[in-house]
Amino acid sequence: MGLNDPTPEGRFGEFGGRYVPETLVPACEELEAAFRGAWADPGFRSRLDGLLADYAGRPSPMTECENLSAELGCRLLLKREDLNHTGSHKINNVLGQALLAQRMGKTRLVAETGAGQHGVATATAAALLDMECCVYMGEVDIRRQELNVFRMQLLGAEVKTAMSGSRTLKDAINEAMRDWVASVEESHYCLGSVMGPHPYPWMVRTFQEVLGREAREQSEAILGTVPDVVTACVGGGSNAIGIFSGFVDADTELVGVEPSGGAAIGRGVPGVVHGSQSYLMQDEFGHVLEAESISAGLDYPGVGPEHSHLADIGRARYENVTDAEVVEAFQLLSRSEGIIPALEPAHALAWVSRDRASLVGRSVVLNLSGRGDKDVAQMMDILGGAGT
Amino acid sequence: MAGPVERALRERRDAGGKALVVYVTGGLGDDWTDTVRAVADAGADVVEIGVPFSDPVMDGPTIQAASDRALESGATPWSILDQVRDLDAGAPLAVMTYYNIAFRAGLKRFAASLADAGVSGCILPDLPLEETGPWVDAADDAGIETILLAAPTGSEERLVRICARSRGFVYGVGLLGVTGVRSELATSASVIALRLKQVTDLPVLVGVGVGTPEQAAEAASAGDGVVVGSAVVQRMLDGAGPAGVGDLVAGFRAALDAV
Ligand SMILES: Cc1ncc(COP(=O)(O)O)c(C=O)c1O
Repeated sequence: MGLNDPTPEGRFGEFGGRYVPETLVPACEELEAAFRGAWADPGFRSRLDGLLADYAGRPSPMTECENLSAELGCRLLLKREDLNHTGSHKINNVLGQALLAQRMGKTRLVAETGAGQHGVATATAAALLDMECCVYMGEVDIRRQELNVFRMQLLGAEVKTAMSGSRTLKDAINEAMRDWVASVEESHYCLGSVMGPHPYPWMVRTFQEVLGREAREQSEAILGTVPDVVTACVGGGSNAIGIFSGFVDADTELVGVEPSGGAAIGRGVPGVVHGSQSYLMQDEFGHVLEAESISAGLDYPGVGPEHSHLADIGRARYENVTDAEVVEAFQLLSRSEGIIPALEPAHALAWVSRDRASLVGRSVVLNLSGRGDKDVAQMMDILGGAGT
Repeated sequence: MAGPVERALRERRDAGGKALVVYVTGGLGDDWTDTVRAVADAGADVVEIGVPFSDPVMDGPTIQAASDRALESGATPWSILDQVRDLDAGAPLAVMTYYNIAFRAGLKRFAASLADAGVSGCILPDLPLEETGPWVDAADDAGIETILLAAPTGSEERLVRICARSRGFVYGVGLLGVTGVRSELATSASVIALRLKQVTDLPVLVGVGVGTPEQAAEAASAGDGVVVGSAVVQRMLDGAGPAGVGDLVAGFRAALDAV
């Protein structure tokens, strides 16, 4: 038994829904119907499974960290999404959505991206399936993740700069939605996380559940039982919900980790933006606040609605960590295990490291959602260049 | 019973005319309330007051820029409504904002605040039919007319349901896209007007992409009138002042009177 499906209106408890301009409602309905049909179609499922295995490299391994476990006092296992093609868990969702878009007769993918990982994954799928691709990225993120910008261009995608607001992920989503309103007949909006209007939070989760299925089997094989704790970073929350899905029915603690400058659950109140009702960092008037995080992929003031629900019913809990703690964790994993993580999953490790006292003697599965190549230049700036 | 927005638009239609609804960004410049009065004096049947939101996904660059400027100058939903209360515009007013502004305030409180400020109608472009329930309950109780949008992508059956729930008028979205002036009127503008006219007796107005008096005349011929937004807001951004904006609106009025 995994996570519950949303109501027909796309609600997880009070959260979720479909708050989009009228122009997009029929597109959301069509997408929902197409997704239901595709998911029930063995042909679609085997095509997707084939791509996940032979193109993306699934299953991703699970690595037991001997050195770090000794240092932290817990038994730490990493789910290695960093080893996927394109370098993160984003490819799981994108291959599903791209195949679905093709099945729906769409010829163009529109996407938003923060760190660039979802943009790269979308550009990759578009290249593979011979579709047009347009990725919106905030001006601030374009600067701090320039390698990924060039990757997307190499892959044949057009990268458009979002210049409004905070010029980060939130604004890239606004621009992608405006594009979709104008291009809905030929374009599919390939949303990168478990957010947005119904059916996205549910559909993206379903595409990411592969992560939870594998992690459950792998962790049981290593530990002989389910882990005590499963943890993952939370931006919109797709890698977290994916891995949580494998353990919701088990006696496993689920811990999502947000950046303290983008802690929608930790510091937000319920609101409606980008298509769904969820916890949201906002001011007293309802204006969305600008998030502030070292990690472009988590620099977002909202969170997927199902996480808000899991927090409300107490099935998962959400911690937050500072940029400084993340920088420490980034170096810790690099030095102790020879694995350079992306800044996003370094948040989950930062929590494990900070709360190590409460984890002593326990087993912890951490979703290493992506690799750190994209962040090396930024970290070189922060840490003061190439030392000798 | 029809509210002030619907009554004003029916009156125009019954007299054989084409209706003009004009959008003004609330809180944009010190003289924006004078602009609202000038717009009404120049022949707008209803004035829409935009209450700026941080993330206006249905708006193009012009209204985004105007919203940002108003927010930077300190405008809030409450400061705008306070100014509206003393406005005496001479035409019914409708507020256009995004759902989170109402949601954050509390739906009942927001609806009551609109009524208290003398606002008759409300448009929430990110609140589609299926999600309107809690809001229209609050709005109906407060006597606020909730104007719904109908888009070119909607099926016949959907347009019927939207018209049945809309109050004041039904807002036909003239093209696939966000607000903003285009060099030519999309053919979809007349198509959506005709489709809506076939399924409702409510006034049918077309907006989004209606930027010049000529486009207004063309878009209004199939329906009962037009909504003009970005063209007017651009004039405000350019610093034309109430008189300059009034002149622009008079041009739209004249073009519609000639239809
Ligand atoms: C490696 C990695 N992890 C996590 C995220 C955050 O997304 P989500 O919370 O949907 O997993 C991103 C987003 O860019 C990412 O690149």
